[in-house]
Amino acid sequence: MAQWFEDVKAEFILNFINDDRWKLLLEGLFVTLKVTFFAVILGIVIGVVIAIIRSTYDKNVSTMPKGFKRTVLGIINFLANVYLTIIRGTPVVVQLMIMYYVIFATSTNKVMIAVLAFGINSGAYVAEIIRSGIMSIDNGQFEAGRSLGFNYVQTMRYIILPQAFKNVLPALGNEFIVLIKETSVSGYVALSDLTKAGDIIRGRTYSALMPLLAVALIYLILVMVISKFIAIGERRLRQSER
Amino acid sequence: MNDNNVVIKVEGLEKDYGVLKAIDGISTEIKKGEVVVVIGPSGSGKSTFLRCLNLLEMPTGGSIYFEGEDLTDPKINLDKHRQKMGMVFQHFHLFPHMTILKNLTIAPMKLQGKSTKEAEELAYSLLERVGLKDRANAYPSQLSGGQKQRVAIVRALCMQPDVMLFDEPTSALDPEMVGEVLEVMKDLAKENMTMVVVTHEMGFAKEVASRVMFVDGGKVIEEGKPEEIFGNPKSERLKSFLAKVL
Repeated sequence: MAQWFEDVKAEFILNFINDDRWKLLLEGLFVTLKVTFFAVILGIVIGVVIAIIRSTYDKNVSTMPKGFKRTVLGIINFLANVYLTIIRGTPVVVQLMIMYYVIFATSTNKVMIAVLAFGINSGAYVAEIIRSGIMSIDNGQFEAGRSLGFNYVQTMRYIILPQAFKNVLPALGNEFIVLIKETSVSGYVALSDLTKAGDIIRGRTYSALMPLLAVALIYLILVMVISKFIAIGERRLRQSER
Repeated sequence: MNDNNVVIKVEGLEKDYGVLKAIDGISTEIKKGEVVVVIGPSGSGKSTFLRCLNLLEMPTGGSIYFEGEDLTDPKINLDKHRQKMGMVFQHFHLFPHMTILKNLTIAPMKLQGKSTKEAEELAYSLLERVGLKDRANAYPSQLSGGQKQRVAIVRALCMQPDVMLFDEPTSALDPEMVGEVLEVMKDLAKENMTMVVVTHEMGFAKEVASRVMFVDGGKVIEEGKPEEIFGNPKSERLKSFLAKVL
């Protein structure tokens, strides 16, 4: 028993204390958080825009008179669909590598490239989540807004989107949890995120258990913390019911 | 183009859904202070007619003039004119994510540039009139149907409209709540609010209407003072309709 304890202690010192290897994990964690944070923001912006385009098209195309406006809306909607199809139809690792090795081949700002890749990827999923939220709102809400004199954009902003967000918050939270874990493939473009940091330690110490366990534990804690925040957010938004 | 007393002028209004012609040529004038009650069997086009007045339903033919301006003109700023046409729906459509007070103040603040204080003062004074001042900070889901509909009426009034459109305002209510909503509407009528009301409440029509329009098959079959319509119906269709509802 004492021997086992000594072994664990030695492993721990080897993997985390020697050469200040814990710092690698800490730096990796910051990279992961940074990439996730900005990718989430980018994903929401893209997602809201695409969702509004698609739901506007779905709701209005049948009643719109033929003409310039309808043609433009049709084209924009088509482009949005192309984006969704490509992004959801290809693996995020491939998208990340295309970003890094092809589109931004001359850039060395790996964090920015990762933010773009993961943000653009997440945007496609967020778009469909928010669209389902918008479509779930009773059309009467829309009519009530318009009848008061709000224009289309104002009605969306003040009346439809806040309700849509509330309805899809659990699904959105899930998407962000998926995203934070998906950034673990950043190592493919040699970005030292949390996963990569664990892997670097493993490569140096030839000891896999401790660093990988530590990485897994950190992800787990992150996800649990985020889940908690989402639960709090849901509870606050649910105030208006009952 | 017409005298100042006419608030809404409808000319040859048509709404064709392709499979069904919901409105087949309706022309009428609604004057200031008038309470026009539209009655008719279900599917007659009376709700569609009302929804065409503020273009929630896009007419496929004819024109609607509101305070002299043609709303069917694609170049017109429709949102601006809708601010002057309050609408009350059968199913209330209060904004469930906002408190009652916020429901009432958001449009005046965002659209008329009122300050929070101004908007809230108006909201409170109108809420008091419908007896709901103490519910200002509740959410719509905490209110009964009758209370919701009274709030919905106040929401429209907060924009200080020139005309109020009511689309079957009591049809979704439990019977014991119909009265409280009709009371509010009667008060409005007494204050000379111009109103167009689609309803099945014949008692309300008899008591409050300055004119009753009987619509069937997308056409105005008969119109006139309530005593004429209810006391001396001329057309067979109106007679058989009244026989069923009275």
